[in-house]
Amino acid sequence: MARIVVLGAGVSGHTAAAFLRRWLGKDDEIVVVCPKPDYNWLPSNIWVGVGRMSPEKVVIPLAPIYRRHGIQFMQSRALALHPEGKPSDPKPYVEVESTLDASMGRREELSYDFLINATGPKLNFEATEGLGPGKQSYSVCTADHAAETARVFLENVERMKRGERRRFVVGTGHGTCTCEGAAFEFIVNLEFELRRHGVRAQADVIYLSNEYELGDFGMGGAHIRRNGYVTPTNIFTESLFAEREIDWIIRSHVRRLEQGRLYYETLEGDEKDLSFDMAMLLPPFSGVGLKAYDRQGEDITARLFAPNGFMRVDANYEAKPYEQWLASDWPRTYQTPLYPNVFAAGIAFAPPHAISEPHVSKRGTPIFAAPPRTGMPSATIGKTVAHSIADIVRGKGRPMHTASMAELGAACVASAGADLLHGTAATMTVLPIVPNYERYPEHGRNLDYTMGEIGLAGHWVKLLLHYLFMYKARLRPGWAWIPE
Amino acid sequence: MTEQTGKHLKMRPHRALWEYATTPTRATLFLRTFLPWQIVRFLIINAKILSMTLRNEGLDK
Repeated sequence: MARIVVLGAGVSGHTAAAFLRRWLGKDDEIVVVCPKPDYNWLPSNIWVGVGRMSPEKVVIPLAPIYRRHGIQFMQSRALALHPEGKPSDPKPYVEVESTLDASMGRREELSYDFLINATGPKLNFEATEGLGPGKQSYSVCTADHAAETARVFLENVERMKRGERRRFVVGTGHGTCTCEGAAFEFIVNLEFELRRHGVRAQADVIYLSNEYELGDFGMGGAHIRRNGYVTPTNIFTESLFAEREIDWIIRSHVRRLEQGRLYYETLEGDEKDLSFDMAMLLPPFSGVGLKAYDRQGEDITARLFAPNGFMRVDANYEAKPYEQWLASDWPRTYQTPLYPNVFAAGIAFAPPHAISEPHVSKRGTPIFAAPPRTGMPSATIGKTVAHSIADIVRGKGRPMHTASMAELGAACVASAGADLLHGTAATMTVLPIVPNYERYPEHGRNLDYTMGEIGLAGHWVKLLLHYLFMYKARLRPGWAWIPE
Repeated sequence: MTEQTGKHLKMRPHRALWEYATTPTRATLFLRTFLPWQIVRFLIINAKILSMTLRNEGLDK
């Protein structure tokens, strides 16, 4: 009998827990620790943020699902790992703190045989003064954030209907942000909604990003074979922005925001400012701040985690110049080298380096997109880690299962307007996610699998994926047959 | 310095980027929401995503 503790119930953690339950026997315990009571299907937060979907449609209460499937659920926040246990008992454990109203703050030691760290990121709004909900900008990173964003957006729409002119700024709130794809998706949806409300003429819509080129998306862009050409994604993205009359400012690091104005630094080292009426700016991500201690209680956090708070796994973390980065630097099993029974999945693992080429401003500020770990690879990694653990528990003696982002492909369907007959979405697929120049010397990727196109069909695919993955997350009959 | 942006403003230093961007023709825009063509594209996109997903699953075999 084994106890597997999964920290986090996002795409990666939820997938890992569900497959562990499926593959392991009734005697084995699966415990999910998550500070929030709900699962959030993040890709659809974009539609919540422009008022096209209610927040209830993108969240699912976890407790009933886990109860039905024999998975224990603790609504708690993980504080510290003790992978060597304590002097009196070598059993590893994790220290957790309840986030339930009835037992708020109560701490508990939860022992484990295997641990999956799938905590996702901390939304590090504090990195930029004035950034984030409750301050000077809005976000779509959670369903609640997105609902608030929608409320403010619709208020602005009403003001425009009364003849006022408004300026919307959408993008990244710091030079080291990731998930530019979400900002891209939000701005084209916002622009679509402005047209639908008949107020587009009264709006300036500006994309502000840390990307070196539009369409970088934290993965160094991609090349698409289309209409007799191999076209980089910056052409694809610029084209859509030009068509929608969306202005853009790139290679920028937002330093601070005050009411109606933000201040940013460019890669050239210039200080600039930009006024706005509403800003949706994504925060940079960091680890959730888990600590780690050895048996004697010595702090070993720096050995288990990278400085950004993400967990070190089986990657090559040797610092080296961009030209020497290799696809093989990326992790394959997500097992921590120090403790073989500890794994990190999804956003919680520390990437060995960026995917986009790093740039530093003349003032020494890093301004480049951090590597994204979107739903498809996160779920695949979660399933892979679950598979490895299940094999070990069942004594199969097989090699560890692998899912390297330098081998995995990913599909991203970015909504560009939500309407069943007039909407569109940009469908992008890349393979592999991390360019592999040893295998694909010219562009780093397999162009047979890398594609990009805009159309109504993409919107239908996005809608289909929404319902399909909400069904899967509810662990309804046949869920395991729906691919990651 | 204040960044000048927006269609209604005269000073738009980055506006030149727009002028060099590739923009779709009317035929391309039409096809983007033309139902028969989009039904075909829907099937093709799904097939591509599915083949990539199955390839991902196969990597670990």
